[in-house]
Amino acid sequence: MQFAIQSLPFLWQGLFVTLQVSALVVVFSLAAGIVLGVGIVYGPRWLYWPIRLYSDFFRGIPLLVLIFFMYYGLPAFKVNLSNFAAVILALSAFKTAHVIEVTRGAIQSIHLGQTEAGKAIGLTFGQRLLYVIAPQAIRRFLPPWINAVVDTVKGSALVSLVGIVDLMLAIQQVIGRTYTPMPLYVLGALIYFSINYSLSMASRVLEARFAHIRE
Amino acid sequence: MLYHLNFGYVWTHFDKLAWGLLLSLELAFVSILIGMVIGLALALVYTGRGALLRGIVAGYVEFIRNIPLLLLVYLVFYGVPSVGGFAYDATTSFVLTLSVYSGAYMVEVFRSGLAAIPKGLTDAGKAIGLTAWQRLVHIRIPTMFRIVLPALSNAYVSLFKDTSLASVIAVPELTYGAQWIKTNSFRIIEVWAVVTPMYLVTGYALLFALRQLERRFSIR
Repeated sequence: MQFAIQSLPFLWQGLFVTLQVSALVVVFSLAAGIVLGVGIVYGPRWLYWPIRLYSDFFRGIPLLVLIFFMYYGLPAFKVNLSNFAAVILALSAFKTAHVIEVTRGAIQSIHLGQTEAGKAIGLTFGQRLLYVIAPQAIRRFLPPWINAVVDTVKGSALVSLVGIVDLMLAIQQVIGRTYTPMPLYVLGALIYFSINYSLSMASRVLEARFAHIRE
Repeated sequence: MLYHLNFGYVWTHFDKLAWGLLLSLELAFVSILIGMVIGLALALVYTGRGALLRGIVAGYVEFIRNIPLLLLVYLVFYGVPSVGGFAYDATTSFVLTLSVYSGAYMVEVFRSGLAAIPKGLTDAGKAIGLTAWQRLVHIRIPTMFRIVLPALSNAYVSLFKDTSLASVIAVPELTYGAQWIKTNSFRIIEVWAVVTPMYLVTGYALLFALRQLERRFSIR
């Protein structure tokens, strides 16, 4: 147990990397996912199919395979990324697919009458999206999106397998020196749990907050 | 491109991938079966009375759902034997981990399934004089299974993808086979170009087949 406490400053650095990876991935996947999600709902057919293919492809393969492919495979295509950039790319590509589906679900849950009403009072497409669809869709978007964020933090533990010293690898390294696996794994589990559980609670609060809204 | 594709080595050792794929499917299958037993038992505990038991079940579900599977894999494989627990071989250890992991998700699935049973059905059971146990066995559990079928198929395919994590403790499943070929031949592009479609096709084929089954059994 004392090793676990002594190692806290080192784990703190790892936690910082975990949070950094998660934050970058959340931001990138949010931006790309919303754009592509709007594209898949409103876009023409030539836009629909590539996005659908992208989403189904990335949701259909294990994240670990994707990380290994980006990390080991990209250099063969003469793309030389640092291991950090490679995993950010892999995780973001993976999470973008999920955000696309969350966005699509949120937009499609809004009754068609809302769009028609927007058209009837002469709003342009951009105005309808901004003033009519978005304020309502965001309530359906937030709870599943926060679950996706929790998934991102959990998935970020996989970056330890390509040598990035995140919380997971920091724990492994401390264990490598002290030979006390159990206290450190439990400590690590508690740290991950406290981050993710607070996010899960936020999601639940939002869901309850918006539960009264029906079409 | 200066890189020359050469699939020879991958095909020579394709047996590692084929058996790996089979093991992945088996790992997911055994784990979801055990997970379903855990999930059903705990979901019934949860829907019953008793605030303490309910709290314990909720604690288990929340804890498992909020930590990375990778950490759980390490914890069961390296952590538990170090404090005097039983040491299992890697495959057994991973099945245990994935069962405990899927159990937490199954509790949620079955709990919502039990909650979705129309009240009229259990009332009808009462009306014809079935005991609580008979209502559970003949009405609530069969109806619940038919309600949660889609969630079960999704969980199975998702667990199939999660089995790729078994490679980190050297369980010879599909990702491990890929890593083995990669390490021995450096045919990186080739091996992932074969393994990725294997995951994709198997995953979607499974989902398609399970959807057909669902249509056969689901309640309209």
